[in-house]
Amino acid sequence: MSSGLIFEKSSKGRRGISIPKLDVPDINPLDVIPHDVLRADIEGFPEVSELDAVRHFVNLSQMNFGVDTGFYPLGSCTMKYNPKVNEDMARLSGFSKAHPYQAPELSQGALQLMYELEGFLSEISGMDAVTLQPAAGAHGELCGMLMISAYVKAKGKPRKKVIIPDTAHGTNPASSNLAGFTVVTIKEGKGIISPEAVASVMDEDTAALMLTNPNTIGLFETNIKEIADIVHKKGGFVYCDGANLNALMGIAKLGDMGVDVIQFNLHKTFSTPHGGGGPGSGPVGVKKILEPFLPVPRIIKRGKRFNLGFNCPMSIGRLKAFYGNFGIMVRAYSYIRAMGPDGLKKASEMAVLNANYIMEKLKKAYHLPFDQTCMHECVLSDKVQSEKDVYTLDIAKRLMDYGFHPPTIYFPLVVPGAIMIEPTETESKETIDRFIAAMMTIANEARESPDIVKNAPQTTKIGRLDEVNAVKKPVLRWKP
Amino acid sequence: MSYIPHTDNDIKEMLGVIGIKAVHDLFNAIPPDIRLKTPLNLPNELPEQELVREITNISRKNGNIEDYISFIGAGAYNHYVPSIVHHIILRSEFYTAYTPYQPEISQGTLQAIFEYQTLICQLTGMDVTNASMYDGASASAEAVLMAQRINSRPECLLSSALHPEYREVVKTYLGIRRDSIKEIPFCTETGATPVEAVERYIDKDTACVVIQYPNFFGSIEDLSAISEIVHKNGSVFIVVITEPISLGLLKPPGAFDADIVVGEGQAFGSALNLGGPYLGFFATKEGFLRNMPGRLVGETIDKDGKRGYILTLATREQHIRREKATSNICTNEGLCALTAAIYLTALGKTGIVNLAKINLCKMHYLRQRLKELKNVKPAFSSPVFNECVINLNEDGDTVIKSLLKQGILGGISLKRFYPQLNSHILLCATEMNTKEDIDMLIEELKELKNE
Repeated sequence: MSSGLIFEKSSKGRRGISIPKLDVPDINPLDVIPHDVLRADIEGFPEVSELDAVRHFVNLSQMNFGVDTGFYPLGSCTMKYNPKVNEDMARLSGFSKAHPYQAPELSQGALQLMYELEGFLSEISGMDAVTLQPAAGAHGELCGMLMISAYVKAKGKPRKKVIIPDTAHGTNPASSNLAGFTVVTIKEGKGIISPEAVASVMDEDTAALMLTNPNTIGLFETNIKEIADIVHKKGGFVYCDGANLNALMGIAKLGDMGVDVIQFNLHKTFSTPHGGGGPGSGPVGVKKILEPFLPVPRIIKRGKRFNLGFNCPMSIGRLKAFYGNFGIMVRAYSYIRAMGPDGLKKASEMAVLNANYIMEKLKKAYHLPFDQTCMHECVLSDKVQSEKDVYTLDIAKRLMDYGFHPPTIYFPLVVPGAIMIEPTETESKETIDRFIAAMMTIANEARESPDIVKNAPQTTKIGRLDEVNAVKKPVLRWKP
Repeated sequence: MSYIPHTDNDIKEMLGVIGIKAVHDLFNAIPPDIRLKTPLNLPNELPEQELVREITNISRKNGNIEDYISFIGAGAYNHYVPSIVHHIILRSEFYTAYTPYQPEISQGTLQAIFEYQTLICQLTGMDVTNASMYDGASASAEAVLMAQRINSRPECLLSSALHPEYREVVKTYLGIRRDSIKEIPFCTETGATPVEAVERYIDKDTACVVIQYPNFFGSIEDLSAISEIVHKNGSVFIVVITEPISLGLLKPPGAFDADIVVGEGQAFGSALNLGGPYLGFFATKEGFLRNMPGRLVGETIDKDGKRGYILTLATREQHIRREKATSNICTNEGLCALTAAIYLTALGKTGIVNLAKINLCKMHYLRQRLKELKNVKPAFSSPVFNECVINLNEDGDTVIKSLLKQGILGGISLKRFYPQLNSHILLCATEMNTKEDIDMLIEELKELKNE
C-alpha cells in the first residue's frame, strides 16, 4: 500500500524543527532587497510536525529493500555488505565538518587520506597515477575518455573513433560520445573478445578500445594482452571499465594486462553503500603517459606536508567543484585498511567461488549460455522457462515473494532474457543455498503452475506497476 | 576479513560441488603471466578497534568548523543539520539499497525521490526536476549541453560572476569545443552581471546564457531584465544557484521565465564533507523534459489500481539509448536527494522562510558593522543574501592568514580566482554565526588594520 505523500499530510501552520532565535537586529527584507525580487509564497510546500516527518520517512524506509534487509545479487552492481564502522569514520567531525576551502594546513588529515588512497588504488590496479575527483563510475569514464581525447589532440592527430563491445555497460558508449568520439561496436560471439575482431576494426583513426574485464557475461577476457598489443601498435589506448574489479583484487592487475586507463567504482568493489542511487565515487587510474592529463587539483606530498596542486598545463581541467566525493573516499579507505592485502584477495576469491557455486547448481534448471568457469558473476537465461511463457521478468518478480532482491535482468543485451547473478563474497553458503532453493522452486513452478510466477509478486506492498501509463502521461511531481 | 563468512568447511563443500580442488583453479582463465605472484603491497589488515583509532587520528589532523569560527561559503555552506536528518538517512533500508530498478521493493526510495522532485520544483518555480546530478558544477555543465541540444547553437555565455569552479567544469565537459565559451565580465561597481553587457555579447550563435543567483560574490542578479534579452534572442536561459536557502526569500527563477535551473543542494542538510558528496539539482520546463539528463521518478498505478512510483522516461538514458543518450549519468546522488527531502520537510514552509531571513539578518548585521572600519569596505553595491565581498585594501591572503591565527576562517581570498580582486575576500554568514562571532570578526579586523 502506498504511503501518502508528505504534501498530503501537510496542515497549514504546523511546523517541524525549531528555528534559532535572532541575536542580531531584525531587518525587513524589503529594506535590503528590491521588492520585485522577493517571493510571496512557496506554493504547496509541506507543513508537518517533526514526528509526522519522522514517521513518514521511516515508513518509507520500510518499503525498501537494501543489503541489510536481505540478499541482493544484482549483477554488475556488487551489492556487498557495507561495514558499519565505515559510516562512523566518514562522520568524524574532522572529515564531515571540514570546509573544502579551509587552508591546506587545516586539511592535512584529509589530504593524507586521499594521497594514501590514491596509492592503494594504484597498487591494486597496477596503474601509475590516480585521481579521486570523479563522482561516480560514469563520471570516471568521461574523465578517462576526455584524457584520451586531450592526448590525441595534443599529438596533433585527433582520432575520432572508440571501439566498444556490444556487451558493454551503456555508460561506456554514452561517455565516449560525450567526450566527442564516434562509437564502433564489435560483437562478442563466444563470450569473450577475439583479437581478430579487434584487429578487423582497429585503425589509425581509433583513439581507444573500451572494454570491461572480467566482462559483463562474467568471463575473463583471456586474450586481453594480445588485444592490448593490437590497439597499442596502431597508437590507441585501452580503457578498462573497472566496474568488475571485485573479481581481481590481489589476483591480477589490470595494469599488467596492457590497460592504460581504468575507473574504480568505490561504491562497488570498496564497499561504500549505493544509497538508493548514489553517492558513488569513480576514481580514475592511468599509466604514466596519461598522467599529465589528469584533472586538477592533484594531491601533492612534499616532505611530510600535503597540498593541492593546480599547476598542470596539460590537464583536462576540473570535473566537479572541489575535490570529489570525499566522504565516500573515507569509507573506501577504511575498508581497504580493514581488509589488508590478504583480505582483499580473499574477497575476490570468495566472490568468484560464490558465483561459480550458484552457476553450477542453477545450470540444472536454467539455460547457461556460456558453460565455463565464471568470475564474480554468472549469466543465465529464461530459454527453458520461456517455453511455458514464463520470462525473466516473471522469475525476477517471483524471487521477491521468496524474500530476495532479483538479479540484474535483460543485461547484457547479447543474451536474450539474461539473468545476471552476482552474489558477492559477503554472503554465506547458507544464504546462497536458500537463494538456489528459491530459484529451483521457481523453475518447478514455471513448469507446473506458471501462473503463480506470472502473477508475482504477491507478497509485496505494491504489485507490478504500469510502466506504459507512467510514460504516456508523465506525472513527475505532486500538485495540489 | 571479518566481512567474509566462509568457513574452511564451506569452501571445501563448494569446491566439491563445482568439481575443482582448489580456489586458485577458479582463476584458470587468467593467463599465468599476468597472475600476481606476490601479495599486494598494502598495509596489513586492521581489527576494528585499531582501525577506528588510526582513522580518528588522521581525522584529528584536520581542522573543522567546530574548532574555528567560519565565514567561508563560496559554494559550500555551514548550516545546521537537524537531528532527524541523520537518524533517517542512517536507516540502512535507504543507504544500503541500489538504484530502484525493481519498483515493488523500492517504493521507499522512489516515493522519496518523487517528493524531492516536487520540493525542488516548488522552490525553483519549475515544472520538472530529475533525481539528482553529481553536484552544482556538473549540473551546470549538463545544462549547457542540454541547451545546445535544444537549439543546436554552438556558443555559450557564462557570467564571470558564476562560481569559478563551475565555469571550469563547464569547460571540461565541452572538451575540445571549449573555445565556444565566452564570459560576460561582471560589473566592478555592483558585483553583478551588467544587463547591457549581456545584450552586447549575445548573438544568433548563442545557445545559452548562464547566470548565478545570488552570484559568486553574493550579489542578487537582475534576472528579469536578463531573461528578456536572452529570450528575445531565442537562447536558453540557465540559472545556477549555489545557496538554495536563499529561495526561502527570493523570487524563484521560474518566475523570471528561466528555462533550466540547476544548482547545489548541499545546503539542504548535507555535511560540508570537504566538498563532497554534494547534491546537484536540475529542473526545467515541461517542454524540455525529453532533453533533460538523468533519472526521473513518475507516479503510476499497479495492477490493482494502487498508486505507486517508478523510474520512467528511461528511453532517454544511457542503458537504453547508449551513445545517443541525453547524458552518461547513471549513479547519481540519491541519498543526498533524500537528505534534502527530509531537511526541507522538517523545515517546512515557515521554517525555510524564517531560516532565509535569519541568514539575511546575520549578513546585514555583518555589513552594518563593517561600516565602522575605515580601511575595509563592502566591495560591491548590489543587494546580497548571505554572502558579500569586502575590499581590505591589502593582500587578501595575508589578512586571512592573520585571522586564522585568531581561530577565524575569515572567508576566501578572491585573488586565486580573480587576480584583479587581490585585496578582496568573500565572506558568508549563516544561522551558525552568532552575533558574538560576527563581533569578534569585526574586532579582529579592526586590530589587524590598526584602527
